[in-house]
Amino acid sequence: MPQMNPKKLRVATVWLSGCSGCHMSFLDQDEQLLELAKQITLVYSPLIDAKEFPPDVALTLIEGAVANEEQKEMLKTVRAKTITLVSLGDCAVTGNVVALRNRWPQSDQAIIDRAYNDPTNLHPQTPQQVPKLLSQVQPLHEIVKVDHYIPGCPPNAKLINYVLTELIAGRIPLREEHAKYG
Amino acid sequence: MNTHPMKLKIDGVDVECSEGSTILTAAKTVGINIPTLCYLEGLTPYGGCRLCLVEVSGTNKLFPACATPVASGMEVTTQSPKLHEYRKMVLQTLLAERTHICSVCIANDHCELQTQTNQYGVDHVFYERNWSCNEIDSTHDFLVIDRNRCILCTRCVRACDEIEGVHTLDLKFHGKNTDVIMDQDELWSKACSCTSCRKCAKVCPVGAIYVEGENIEYTKDPQVIAFIVERRKCLK
Repeated sequence: MPQMNPKKLRVATVWLSGCSGCHMSFLDQDEQLLELAKQITLVYSPLIDAKEFPPDVALTLIEGAVANEEQKEMLKTVRAKTITLVSLGDCAVTGNVVALRNRWPQSDQAIIDRAYNDPTNLHPQTPQQVPKLLSQVQPLHEIVKVDHYIPGCPPNAKLINYVLTELIAGRIPLREEHAKYG
Repeated sequence: MNTHPMKLKIDGVDVECSEGSTILTAAKTVGINIPTLCYLEGLTPYGGCRLCLVEVSGTNKLFPACATPVASGMEVTTQSPKLHEYRKMVLQTLLAERTHICSVCIANDHCELQTQTNQYGVDHVFYERNWSCNEIDSTHDFLVIDRNRCILCTRCVRACDEIEGVHTLDLKFHGKNTDVIMDQDELWSKACSCTSCRKCAKVCPVGAIYVEGENIEYTKDPQVIAFIVERRKCLK
């Protein structure tokens, strides 16, 4: 466990049902990441090796929509342990491509059947160990309270940096000037 | 049209216009911009999208600027916190009504609904979304309609009827079941009245009607209607 600097803000990022493009965009902040690193400590993220979501996190960015039971529980845990929660990218904000299956009834079973039970598979089988899919894919704010939104597919690195800098400085980012829906 | 000139105030600015003008056209003459979606210059106003709602002093009711005729002594407000909230609400209900997924839409970045959404700072949809599963018709030689992206502004219906004069397109049912149809609710390829003029694709504010394989920037040309109307006036 690295030595924690008490002056640094504890930040986490979470990856739910998404393509990781938002995290790539996060990394696209390039040299601004160095500035960011002076002010924050990344305590949980797909980019670092942490097994459990830690308590007392100041700011969490979540990428991806909620598509299964495990992710729903994860989201509730994150909300309980985080002060400011940010929806990162269109999947988290609207459901985006992940939610395209919502159009069809019983789409969860249809997906399992197509992926695992398809007769053209070598060994068609119903998986037992994977988390149960939700009947409808949901954006984050339909399950927990979300404080800020960063739309975009993927969101612009500049927009991510703007929202982060404003939040770290204790200001509220102005959506009107920077939002780009979809 | 040169009867009595009407005198009214829009956002505190004195405006003089002819009888029969609408609040929207009157506001345009003094450079006041009211947001619109279903309105298109050259077509009959429809008043369906409710984005152009304005306040008129003396009543609590809000009026659609595109379809409300002016009256002398009217005092109109086009920008206020209340209207801003209402317009945000209108945009969110439009987005919640059908499957609007910008990242997989042909009109991404060239969509009037998206532009308005950005302008009003709508960064998420508050309402629970209704994931529509409406029919996509790509049977026409090159025109495609994806009804899941339709906002029912009826621009295409009006352009088809009033400008092209064939009335291939129309609406069926009402409420949340409303849909754009061709002829007697037939496949586009079977709709024999269609002249394939592309006006529907040119005026569609979103990505619902488009020309297959053509750059959407090239297809979209809503101003063409006003141009045609103006040129036809010259012929008379």
